[in-house]
Parts: sequence; C-alpha cells; structure tokens
Amino acid sequence: MRLTTPLGDEVLSLNAGDRVLLSGTVYTARDEAHLRILEEGFPFNPEGAVLYHCGPVISDNEVVAAGPTTSARMNKLTKPMLDAGVCGLIGKGGMSDEVVEALRGRGVYFAFTGGCAALAASCMKLKGVHYADLGMAEAVWEIELSDMPLVVGIDSKGNNLFKR
Amino acid sequence: MPSPFFEKVASAVEAAIHDAETELPADVISALTRAYEIETSAVAKGEYENIFENLRIAKERDVPICQDTGLIVIYITLPPYVPYSAELYEAAAEGVRRATVSVPLRPNAVDPVSRHNSGNNCGEGMPSIHISPGDKFTVTVLPKGAGSENMSQIKMMLPSEVGSIADFVCEVVRTAGSRPCPPMVVGVGIGGTFDSAPALAKEALLLSIDSMDEFEQSICDKINELGIGAMGLGGKTTALAVKVKRGACHTASLPVAVNIQCWCCRRRRVEL
Repeated sequence: MRLTTPLGDEVLSLNAGDRVLLSGTVYTARDEAHLRILEEGFPFNPEGAVLYHCGPVISDNEVVAAGPTTSARMNKLTKPMLDAGVCGLIGKGGMSDEVVEALRGRGVYFAFTGGCAALAASCMKLKGVHYADLGMAEAVWEIELSDMPLVVGIDSKGNNLFKR
Repeated sequence: MPSPFFEKVASAVEAAIHDAETELPADVISALTRAYEIETSAVAKGEYENIFENLRIAKERDVPICQDTGLIVIYITLPPYVPYSAELYEAAAEGVRRATVSVPLRPNAVDPVSRHNSGNNCGEGMPSIHISPGDKFTVTVLPKGAGSENMSQIKMMLPSEVGSIADFVCEVVRTAGSRPCPPMVVGVGIGGTFDSAPALAKEALLLSIDSMDEFEQSICDKINELGIGAMGLGGKTTALAVKVKRGACHTASLPVAVNIQCWCCRRRRVEL
C-alpha cells in the first residue's frame, strides 16, 4: 500500500502487520527535539504530520545514513505530539501501552528495520532543518521520503506487533 | 609536524573505523544468513531482507551501515619493540577526529550533564582506548551504538549463584526486548572486579561468532526460546551468538556483566 504525507483518515484503516510504502515530508525528532517542541511549540504544522525517531548522519546537505532510533525513549513525550495532530510515528522497537492508547482512533506507529540506515537514506532527500543548535543527531531534519518500506507495528485499534 | 609514528597510528585508526562502519565481518554475515534461512515468520524474514539490502547499499555507496556510528572503542596491542607513550592516545584520537569527517560519522560524544556535543566524537576519556602487550602491533576498533549499550547490565551475584548466571543473562535480554536491534550478539564478562567485568563483556564482543563453546551455546539456546526475534517482531533468532570472557574474582564475589550488541556487530582489526 502507498501512502503520502500529510496523513489523514486513511491511517485508521491500516492494520498491524500491513506493509506500507511511505512518501512525502517527515520530520526527525528524538529526545531533545521533543523537549524543545513541548517548551516552544512546533516549528512545523503538526496536522497529519509524521515524526521519524531518527538522528541521521548529514553531510553536505545530503542524508548519508538515517535508520531509526529506539522509540521507547520517547514514550513519555509522545502523547502531546498526537494531541497536536501528529498521526504517524516511525521508529524501531515499539512503544509503551500509554502510546498504544494515545494512538487509538487517530494514528499509527510504523516500524522500520533498526540499523538499516543506508537503505533508509536511499529513499530520502533533505529539505530543511529546525533546531540546528541541538546538533546533528538531535535536530529536527525535514526530509522528503520516496517509497520508504515500513511495517505497521501499532495500528489505531490497539493492535501491537511488539506485544506478545 | 606530526611524527611518522603518529601519522601511522592515526591513519590506521581512521581506516579501521571506515572499514568497520561500512562492511560487517564475514562471521557476522554468516550468522545473519543462517538466521534468515531458519526463520519461518514472514515479518521477521522481511526484516532480514532489509538488513541484507542495507548491507549491499552501504557497501555500494561507501556509507555507514547504521546512522548510529557509535562511540569508538579502540584496542591496541603493543609488541616489545613499540614503546608505550602518550602519543599513542593522541594519535588514536586524531584518527577518530579524521574519520568523523571522512567516513562521515555522526558526532555522538557529549558532556554527560550539559549534553554539549564536541562535534568530533572525542572528549574526556573518549575515544575509549585500551592498550595491552601483544606479539604484534595491532589496532582493533569497535564502534558501539547506544541502542544496545543502553540495554546492558552488571550484577554483583553471590558466589552461591554460579548456577544462575545463564538466568541472569536471559533476564537482561528479555528486559531489553526489541530495543537493542535484535538479533543480537551477547557479550558476557564473568569475574574480575566491579569495573573489569563489563570490560570483559565488551572484549567478548571482539571474538569471532563462528563458534560457541558448550556453555555459550546453552545460554544462546535459552535466549532464543524467548521468541523476541528480529527487531522484536517475533521469530526464531533473538541472539546470533553468546560469547563469554572470564577473569579471576574475589572469593566472596561473582560479578557478571552483559554487554549487548545489535545485529550490526561492527569490528575491524588492522596490523601495523
């Protein structure tokens, strides 16, 4: 299935285990970016936005390597993002029950294979940066995706591939 | 003007980091291939396919396999004819600074409290450099990512708990779950002191995973019964291998450290 950001109600029909090719703009955000957003508000329109838990390697305005980071570090910081309209998260390792509940009826968590940074970078174009002062890993990078291969790890109905 | 010796060490470290970051060792690729072949879960198989495609692209584009290019841990062995010197440390750090630009690496080293990033992967005590005597002059680099490092643990066990070492290792892996990017390599350090057990566990990650002894295999089998699987999405292989290093310990102690390594088990040894 192919999806393009910003996402809308189409995410509600996705099921855990579905394979998705995602295109369009996504924003990288790790611990420090979440904290800054909570303090100062979003530097981009959060409505229908997708956050990518990722701290890429950027060189000469190109994305060199950009696999996912461990999403669980953002467990306690994620609900306010979803409350503001974010409806897609990309990361690795899954998230807490609190996030599974917060996604209910409004968003999904996509899993991308941890460590597959070169594969991820091969479907990315760099568009811009926010919070550059946070450093390469923690800044918010605005990235244009072209068919990034993802698996729905947690759907909007409470199904969670990571929970066994 | 740096001395020829400084230049030799700095270049060797830079080259070893480049190779470690862009291509996995043959024994790790073999272990991943075996894990893929025995896997029956379609989702897990898909994860391995992404891993192999990623390795192909990283090699072809000459870029890091993983964006977490790690903190750089360096092991140097010195033969009798090479003197131990401060220059060795300075040259190794210079190799890291150069690799940060040339590979490139993500600048990961920060002050632990202010979180200020040095921008060059160096800082107080970083890179982590371990020098020991040896027959040959070698440099081994182990870029260590945080996802797996954060899931590592040490426990000061009781001498009467020797029979429970495997249970502790399994519990660490179970608690880590999907977070350290399984299938993982599990380095175990048994013995030593509070500080040296984790050092043994990390050194265990330098060992080839082509083979395991009976004890290592028994822990590995037990871990794989957990069913965590590739990326925690369920599957037959949670650990590619368990490697153990031991050291003498106090008669009243039994330190056990578990250093978890993600599937991207990067290491490169060069001889100077």
